[in-house]
Amino acid sequence: MTNLGLLGQKDVLGLRGMSSEQLTLVLDTAMQFRTISKRAVKKVPTLRGRTVVMAFFENSTRTKISFEVAAKRLSADVISFSASTSSSKKGETLLDTARNLDAMSPDAMVIRHNQTGAPHMLSRHFSWSVINAGDGINEHPSQGLLDLLTMRDYLGDLAGKRIAIVGDVRHSRVARSNIFALRTMGAQVLIAGPGTMCPDHFEGMGVEVCHHIDEILDSVDAVMMLRVQRERLGRAMLPSIEEYASLYGLNMERVQRCQSHCLFMHPGPINHGVEMMPDVLDDPRTVVMQQVTNGIAVRMALLHLALSGQRE
Amino acid sequence: MVSSINGKVVQMANSTELGHLISNMVDTIIDAGWMDFAFVGVVRGGDTLAHLMGAELSRRGLSVPDVYSIDITLYRDDLYSGLERPILTHTNLPLSVDGLRLVLVDDVLFTGRTIRAALQEISDYGRPEWVRLAVLVDRGHRELPIQADIVGQQMTVSKVSKVEVSIHHPLQAEDGIRIDEGQYD
Repeated sequence: MTNLGLLGQKDVLGLRGMSSEQLTLVLDTAMQFRTISKRAVKKVPTLRGRTVVMAFFENSTRTKISFEVAAKRLSADVISFSASTSSSKKGETLLDTARNLDAMSPDAMVIRHNQTGAPHMLSRHFSWSVINAGDGINEHPSQGLLDLLTMRDYLGDLAGKRIAIVGDVRHSRVARSNIFALRTMGAQVLIAGPGTMCPDHFEGMGVEVCHHIDEILDSVDAVMMLRVQRERLGRAMLPSIEEYASLYGLNMERVQRCQSHCLFMHPGPINHGVEMMPDVLDDPRTVVMQQVTNGIAVRMALLHLALSGQRE
Repeated sequence: MVSSINGKVVQMANSTELGHLISNMVDTIIDAGWMDFAFVGVVRGGDTLAHLMGAELSRRGLSVPDVYSIDITLYRDDLYSGLERPILTHTNLPLSVDGLRLVLVDDVLFTGRTIRAALQEISDYGRPEWVRLAVLVDRGHRELPIQADIVGQQMTVSKVSKVEVSIHHPLQAEDGIRIDEGQYD
């Protein structure tokens, strides 16, 4: 018998298609998990005897550590696997690698891959839960959820709130997950950036596309800055970093034009002086560290909810 | 297969009798001479009961202990058995319980597994001086070596019957203890 667990689905592949009830369940569960990280014994026995594989085929610091901490605080056994030290270097295919891991009877796999759809492919082949930790330019659902939780903490109900996402939305899985979730929760989403990074066809996702950040700052409830992914960009996309910083970077002059409750967010890692100036990080409305803290709680909630239905 | 042969519901205590049981439990606490303790109610029935016991102490002019609550969901030994869909609520314990005296409060003591889980969770918050157990109903059929220090009422009930405690703070007219003798095979 397949039991789909509290979330009603085996996997967490993306926030697209998740209902507001499902999103709210994850956020409410995460709030309960936050206290565990404040205790002397930062561990509950919930996933004792379960095995969670961390399969990172692409570099990651905070997401990988955050998922590891989350799984360990739930008492799961964690097997970490990174592509750079594995047989995928020798040309092993993703499916073969996964088949070998499958033979070790995992209960869940947290996967990051530079190919869009890699987690979806695995979810069709295996019975264990697949949790997407970022696939290509598609989705990064746990980041979207921790952003949602952080915004809800400060702004309350997100219905009707205006959220700006600034930067390379086109290549950002963080932006896509946020757009799907925020739209589901009834928020208005504005994206801002140069036309190469914020193409007009994003209006099809129900967002407002602007090319001038200064036109929207005074009306939004949160500004989410995206990292300029220098490793993915060619000169055609972005002729000059300096020009980008002056046209779209979040500096104190822009911060001062925002509403007094407006949040400033960044998924990290930050390019200081490019998309965010260092002094903005000291503004009390900047919630970058709260995002990191909420990340652990959200990932605990995802593991708990996804695994809660398994087992005979 | 689940089939109800006789779904008879028997009322074991009405709201007034429930009040007397709680008052008797408080008598026992006073007689036992427990001092400087805090209540820890097991969510959900237990925390309401703990507040009612606190109110009874206050009515008698005695100092009211702190009332904490504990949600044992994450410590259950059947969390993933698929029988239920456990929803997390909130545990409200001090971040350290080192040296505290705690009276665990629950509405019904049955297999003892809930109390086992609660004890494990408390130990993750530190090392209390002692932990004692007060329950409204002891319905027997223990599966672990756990006994209550204070029992409102012992009941002999078949293992498959359901003991339902309806309880509010303050007590309401419809509150009481009922046994649903629905038989399952």
